Parts: sequence; structure tokens; C-alpha cells
Amino acid sequence: MESKSNLRSPVSQQAHVIEKPKDITTIGGTVTIEINEKKVSVPFGTTILEACKMNGISVPTLCHHEDLCVAGVCRICVVEVEGMRTLQASCAFPITNPIKIKTSSPMVRKARRHIIDLLLSEHYGECYSCFRNGKCELQNLAKEYGVDTYTFGHVTEPRYEVDNSSYSVIRDMSKCVLCKRCVRTCIDLQEVGVLEAVNRGHETMISTFLDKPLLDVICINCGQCINRCPTAALRANDPSDEIWAAIDDPNKHVVIQTAPSPRAAICEEFGMEAGHSLTKELNTALRRIGFDKVFDTNTTADLTIFEEGTELLLRLYKALVKKEEVALPQFTSCSPGWVKFLEHYYPEYIDNLSSAKSPQQMFGALIKTFYAQKVGIDPANIVSVAVMPCSAKKYECNRPEMNSSGYKDVDYGLTTRELARMIKEAGINLPEMPKSDFDSPFGEASGAGLIFGATGGVMEAAIRSVYEFITGNKTEDAFENANVTPVRGFEGIRYVEIPLGDKFGPVPDILKHLIPNWDWLKGVTLKVAIAHGTANAKKIMDDIKAGGKFSECHFIEFMACPGGCLGGGGQPIPTTPEIRKKRAQAIYAEDESLEMRKSHDNPNVIRLYEEFLTDGPCGHTSHKLLHTHYTKRGRYIV
Amino acid sequence: MENKKREGSVIFSPYNRGEAIKKVVTISREDVLFEIRESKLKGRGGAGFPTATKWTLVSAAISDEKYVVCNADEGEPGTFKDRVLLLEYPELIFDGMVVAGYTIGAKKGIVYLRGEYEYMLKSLEDYLESMRKDNLLGKNICGKDGFDFDISIRLGSGAYVCGEETALIESLEGQRGEARNRPPYPVNTGYLGKPTTVNNVETFAAVSHIITKGGSWFAKFGTDKSTGAKLFSVSGDCEKPGVYELPWGTSINELLEIVGAKNTKAVQVGGASGICIPKNQFDRKLGYEDAPTGGSIIIFNESRNMLHVLKNFMEFFVEESCGQCTPCRIGNVKLLEGVEMIENSNFTFNYLNHLKELGKTMQVASKCGLGQSSPNAFLSIIENFKDEIFNNGGKNGK
Repeated sequence: MESKSNLRSPVSQQAHVIEKPKDITTIGGTVTIEINEKKVSVPFGTTILEACKMNGISVPTLCHHEDLCVAGVCRICVVEVEGMRTLQASCAFPITNPIKIKTSSPMVRKARRHIIDLLLSEHYGECYSCFRNGKCELQNLAKEYGVDTYTFGHVTEPRYEVDNSSYSVIRDMSKCVLCKRCVRTCIDLQEVGVLEAVNRGHETMISTFLDKPLLDVICINCGQCINRCPTAALRANDPSDEIWAAIDDPNKHVVIQTAPSPRAAICEEFGMEAGHSLTKELNTALRRIGFDKVFDTNTTADLTIFEEGTELLLRLYKALVKKEEVALPQFTSCSPGWVKFLEHYYPEYIDNLSSAKSPQQMFGALIKTFYAQKVGIDPANIVSVAVMPCSAKKYECNRPEMNSSGYKDVDYGLTTRELARMIKEAGINLPEMPKSDFDSPFGEASGAGLIFGATGGVMEAAIRSVYEFITGNKTEDAFENANVTPVRGFEGIRYVEIPLGDKFGPVPDILKHLIPNWDWLKGVTLKVAIAHGTANAKKIMDDIKAGGKFSECHFIEFMACPGGCLGGGGQPIPTTPEIRKKRAQAIYAEDESLEMRKSHDNPNVIRLYEEFLTDGPCGHTSHKLLHTHYTKRGRYIV
Repeated sequence: MENKKREGSVIFSPYNRGEAIKKVVTISREDVLFEIRESKLKGRGGAGFPTATKWTLVSAAISDEKYVVCNADEGEPGTFKDRVLLLEYPELIFDGMVVAGYTIGAKKGIVYLRGEYEYMLKSLEDYLESMRKDNLLGKNICGKDGFDFDISIRLGSGAYVCGEETALIESLEGQRGEARNRPPYPVNTGYLGKPTTVNNVETFAAVSHIITKGGSWFAKFGTDKSTGAKLFSVSGDCEKPGVYELPWGTSINELLEIVGAKNTKAVQVGGASGICIPKNQFDRKLGYEDAPTGGSIIIFNESRNMLHVLKNFMEFFVEESCGQCTPCRIGNVKLLEGVEMIENSNFTFNYLNHLKELGKTMQVASKCGLGQSSPNAFLSIIENFKDEIFNNGGKNGK
């Protein structure tokens, strides 16, 4: 998330950040200023906005976002600085000398009110018919400043056509306030860069390349722009009406799988502090809404570990023993935003992507085959819904190759936000729900599957299993309590080496037919890396291209979204580093509370291999149902 | 008949090509800054920032790279004096840039040339080439060891906002022409993030004269707070429009006399972003302390409808706002709508008062000089010509 020097980013909107002193006790380390006639000391280079926050003074913001570089364009945060002719945007003003600030003078209040009035005059739509009603930053500002009339009028017609071409992100530019958070997200935070301001003055709008529909540009569907949009100008493509219709249709058997990240974040939609998992409460709520079965995506996350882990071992075996040309490092493929990013920006590396589907899609394929057979329901009548923290999952389930069951494997990807609204619509107060378990035959899942939700989680889950497969020892022997802490954290890029030693166990039965022994791994140090946010992914990819240290990795976990899935584009708004940290804590705490912490201990998955995927991991059946292929898309869509 | 006489005791005073450069390499940076400070030269683009202060800040900034940028984006409506300098006196401009490079320790100078002036590009490039031949540019200029400086020319693309120095820098870097947040200022964080001085064409021209003739010579002209003489681009209702050099402190009445203006009703001083001065204030003096201008003087006689004049200006700002900040992007539209309401006799004074207050907010809350000055015309014309605008036989207003 530290990509501020990138040339493609709009320099005008980067804070010309003044480096703060590492040690503020040095001379000149702090500056004493006056805020509203109160003397306070702040570190040199602190912005006025930060200084106000540190001292409990509230200053309204709109274009400012903690994850993004400074813009200073909405002007709502203006304050008076003594001696300056004009008001100053507090978000963009670094304090380097002892200034005197007034945050609520008549001039400041009048200016803010004017700015709100101006934005409202152009902001199409009425609050009560808006999905951000109650959660809109513009609406909040209007409330805060007591707006009771449209001083400068109000548009009655939409100015732009809604772009609902994308499976994931809908753009309604008539509601755009031109804060450019989406532009900064797309260019600076994610380094995808499909959104940019075009035209000038009143004609300025946020547009795509040649104003093409979002589906026809190289958007990776990560939805990070949605999470940072202050209004309803950006939203996810919401399938809840179709889902309600399926629930209401007596002929349809509607099943839902829930991913770990929505469970760790949905509490925020119900007024709770971030950081409380409501997994079991959610199970009850979903049944009350009318879903016929509630499954745990972690089951197929465990399955992913089997498939993707086996694939990795096979690649290594081929490379080290058979000396075959194999694409290494292997890249994870469970983040559909990352997959599309690679297809567009690094198509020459698609062979490095694990062919294993994401847990969502594995589940989809199993529900309409294994499960359908087991319960004797025609898969044509099964409607499969997936609650995901992700907007790219909506695109993923609509990929044409995702129909290995003979049907659309997953019918609808639903975001955390959309599910919360369905729950509210059903009159359910989620936090008060009694707890209940998942349905069989996919009941219990491991903590390893659960931590897929946090950056580093897939890697940790893989290590917990692969380490045991190879060494025959317990993961706990190498990592206390099986917590592979070196791969955890929020640093954008992490690199970890795990020596395998030279004492190996027997090859587990399930892999015996593929790999005879582990002797060939003697002396090998497993090199892995983790990146979250595509800007960080880009750094690793460029390093690999240049033959740097990451090109020598064996396995790399990539997540499109900052923080991993828990920071996904379908998660509750707002998102900040602090909130993401709390969600991660909730996920790791839930993992730690479970008995079963490793994917290969999951009895449901083992049974699956015994009963259904009888030719084992990466076998014929699993290849048909659980693996996929990718498309070299490149940067130009014709 | 356009005034083609280049008369004047400062800018149009005799000057020999390369003179300032030859002189400057014999004196220290501190001496250059001393002369400029003595001259009390203020920026000729309109904002009037003391040139010596700007250069002192850039020369004090610590960096391995610094830049001299010449703002030749001359986009203010009614300004065309830089065109005359660029076409007829390139030596003044380029020599001034070399002096700046010497003073601040820059190796590169860039001229940001207005897109519409593309036709001058060839001759200016040729001129630079001839300077290189004569060692007025290049390495070890005029035999001064280690003094390397060269100038390149870059074309703008027609955005008015790129005359604002930080937007100009953004444009130079290949970005959208949008003003940056300040502080930090270009003197520390300018082109490519390096210390940069951005000066107007005429400022560089003045520097060349100051170096050759001395700062105190320059300060003799004009007034105490507005030293030297200024080039004025005079247009509108007068017999002899054109470029005039007049000392600061000249009154509007005197200027009108010189250019042969009759039955004048109003004078727009400072272009679209300037202020509109009515007849009863024609004794006001041109200068930073009273009626400042980057050079634009537009004269309106009794036949002109001031509301139309205002509408024209507002249409200009609606078109030319870069669109990034709220007050300027939407505020100008609201002001223009207000003018149209008055035009259609479909307004209330209450709403008009709202708009005036909005104009004042725009002056203080906009991100850059464009939005901060765009309400000037609205506020001054509505105020100074209210009789004409509202008492039109009871036809206008409710």
C-alpha cells in the first residue's frame, strides 16, 4: 500500500508528503500550534486534519480517505489559518511552523455549507430511494450542517446513463461527487488504472478508457472503488431480487455457502464494532430467511489445500526429479480479482496460476454434482448462492468455464452488504440470533480454511498441511500452536523461507500414487511469498519478470484486495486499516477456538475423496470439477 | 489601428542580446539576488509575488536538480503582451531565464508555450540554437566554468488553468492540468518534485534589464510598491488597441487618454479574473496596491451591456475550470445561471444575495487562483453596475 512514487499516479493528488521525524523528541521534531485558541504540540509534518483528530476536534471530510493519497479537492475540510488570505484544506496542509488554526469560524462554516449545497445541487436522486441511505457520507454532511433546503437547486434528471455492464461494479455517475477516491483507489492503491477523470470544469466526469462500459475495459472487479466511494455512485451488481425469487419459488432448492470474511465483518452492518464473527448466528438467520441448506465455504477451502497443495508438490516433483519444464513459482488462484489482473497484465504467466478453482467455485461444482446425487435433487432445480466478501466473485461465477457440473456452478455471488440488507429486510436482528451449525454433508471445516479470509491465510493453511505431509511431523513442532506467524501481518509483501530439513515421513496414502517418496526434497528450503493489493502483486510480478528473488519462490499467495478477502470489495463500508485489522483478529481468534486447525484433518473432505473424488487430488474427477483454465486477456479488449 | 510603437523606458529600453548573461557570469549569485531585491520586481503574471523572494527560496532549497520554468501560457482574456515579447524580444526572455538558472543553480529551463503560439515555435527554437552557437546556452556559458544551462520549449494544449503555476507543472509532467495542493510550493517541490521557479515571460524580460542597468535604476520607475514599468495589453473600445509600456501608477484615465478611448463606461483590469472598474473610479492607479493586472486592460464604452460582459466572463470560467474542486467546478455554473436569471428577469434579490455570498466563499475556498478569482467579475460588475443591471425601466428584476 505504499506506492506513492509510482509515475502513473496522479501527482497532483498525492500528498507531497513531508516526512515526519522518526523521533519526535529531537529538536524541531514537534511544532506547537494553536487550534481554536488551544495550544497543542504535533509532530512536524502532521496535516492539520491529523492534528485536529489527535486533539479530538472533528473536521468534516469527503475526498479524504485513510487508505489513499491526499486529493484536497472537495474542500469540505477547509479551516482558517491565521495570516493566510484563503481557507486551507486541512487534509492537504502539512504543519511545519507554529500556525494558528480555526476550525469553526463563521467563514469556515459558511464555506462548508456552500460546498455541501453545491454538491447537493448536482447530486441526482433522493436519499430514500438510494442503497446508501443512512450510510452516505454526503447525506451525513448534509445532516451535520443542518441542510434543510436545496439553496442552489437540485437536479431532477440523471446526467449520465448508469453503466451496469459489469457483473461486479455498477457505475451511476449522476451520483458522483468527483472526490476521485475511486480514481486514486484504482490507480494508486491497486495500480489497475481503469478509472480517470476526463473533460474539464463542469463537464468533468470519472470515465473509463474511451468511456467504454466497465465490462469492456480491464477492470479486475476488485470493487475496492466501491468500498471507498462516499456516495452511491459505485455499487455492486446486486442479485438479491433474483435470490428472493428463488427462495420464494417452492420448486427451487436454494443452498448458500458462507465465506469466512463476511462472517467476520457482517456485524458492522448491524451497528456492532468491527471484529466479531457471527458465523453461527448467521446460520440461523439464513435458515429463517428461507435458504434450504447452509454450507461452509471453508470446507472447499480445505479441499483447495488438498488440490492446490498436491498441484504444488507435483510441480516441484516434475521440476526437481523429472527435470520437466514446469511453471514455477505456483501462484494461488482463489482471488478472482488477482486472476483477472494477471490475465490482463501478465498473461504470459497464466501457467503459473494454480489450476485449482477457488473455494467458491469448487463448492458450486460439488453442490450440483455430489450433493445433488446424495440428496436426490435435480441439479437444475438447485439454486446455489455464495456469500462472499468480494465483488469479483460475481464475475467469477459468470465465467463461461465455470459450469463443470453441467449447470452454472454458482448461480449468484452475494456480498456481505447485500446479505445484511436481505437479513434486515426479513426483519432479523442478526446479533440476537441463536447459534446453529452448518448443514451436512459439508458441516465442519478446519481453521485453516477459515483463515483464507486474511492475507497470508492461504499460505498458512497450505503450510500447515504440506509441512505435515512432507516431514511427517506436526506443524506445532515448527510453529507454536500451528500459528505460522511469519506469513501473517499486513505488510504489503512478505517473503518467508521454510527449511524442510532432511528427515521425511512416509508419503500420505492419498498422494502415494502420485509421488513415491520425499527424498528428492532433501535440503530444499521452501520459499514462499505473500502479496495483497494488486499494487503489491505488481511489484512481485515485475521482480519475477526481472529474475529477482521472487522468481525463485515455490509458491506465492496473491490477493487482489488490501488485507486479503477481509478487505474485499463486497465488505461493509467504510474500510480502514484499523477496521481490517479488527476483522483479521476476529478470523484468527475463531481459528484458534477450533479443534480442527488443518485442512487435511477435515473428515468431510477425506470422505469426499473416498466417496466421490475417488481418483484422489488432481485426479480425473477433481480435474473435471475442481480445476479450471484461464484466458490470456492482455491489456486491450477488442 | 493597433499600436505597434514599442516605446518605453524600461522593458522597451535598448538591450543587446546576451548582455545580461555576460554580466551575470562575472558576479556572484548573492549579487544577482541583491540587484533583484533592490529592483523590488514583482511577478508580472498578475499575482505580484516578489521575484527576489521566490528566487532566494529556490536557491536556498537543497537539491541536485532545479528548474527554471517560463510561463508563456498567456491565457488571460485580453492579454497579448507576452506574444509581443516572444516574437520581437526573445533575447530579453531567454537571457532572463539564463540569469535565473545561474542564480538558483538550475541546469534546465523550460518554456511552457501557449498551444495557440505554436506558430512561433520554429523561430524560438532557431533563436535558442543561435544562442547555443554563441555559448549563451550550453556548457560553461560565456566561459564561466561549470555554468551549464539549456532551454527547451514545450507546448501547452489550450487549458487556461495551466497558466496557474502548479497546474502548469502538472501539465509539463504529462498529467491532467490541475492545480496542486500548496504548501509545499514549487520553490521546494516543483517540476518532477524538484525546486522550481516559475516566472512570467515579462518577469524574465525585466530581469535582463535589471541585471544590465541595476536594481536601483529599475526601482526609480513606477511607484514605491509597484516598481518599474509594465506592459499593458489594451483591447476593446478604443482607437489604438495594442501593447503599451507604461510605468506603474498610471491612472486609468491617463491610460484611456493614451489609447484614445471615448465614452468609456467601464474598464476590466486584469482580464476575466480581474475586476471591473466603473467610470467614477477611473482615477484609480494601475499597480499592485490599487488596481493590479497581469497586463490585460479591456475597455467598454457606453454602448456595452455589462450583463452581457459578465455573462461572457462567466461562460469562460465555466468552460475553463479544471473541475477538480467543488467551489470552482459548480460555483461558476451557479454564478452563470444567476446571470442568466437576471437576463431573463427571473430572479429574486434573495437568491442573488446567496450567489454573492457563494462568490465570496469561492474566493477563499477554491483550490487555486482560478476559482479564487473567477467570482471577481461577478461581484464587481453586479456591485458597480447595479443601476444599469436592475433598473432597466423595471424590466429586469422582481
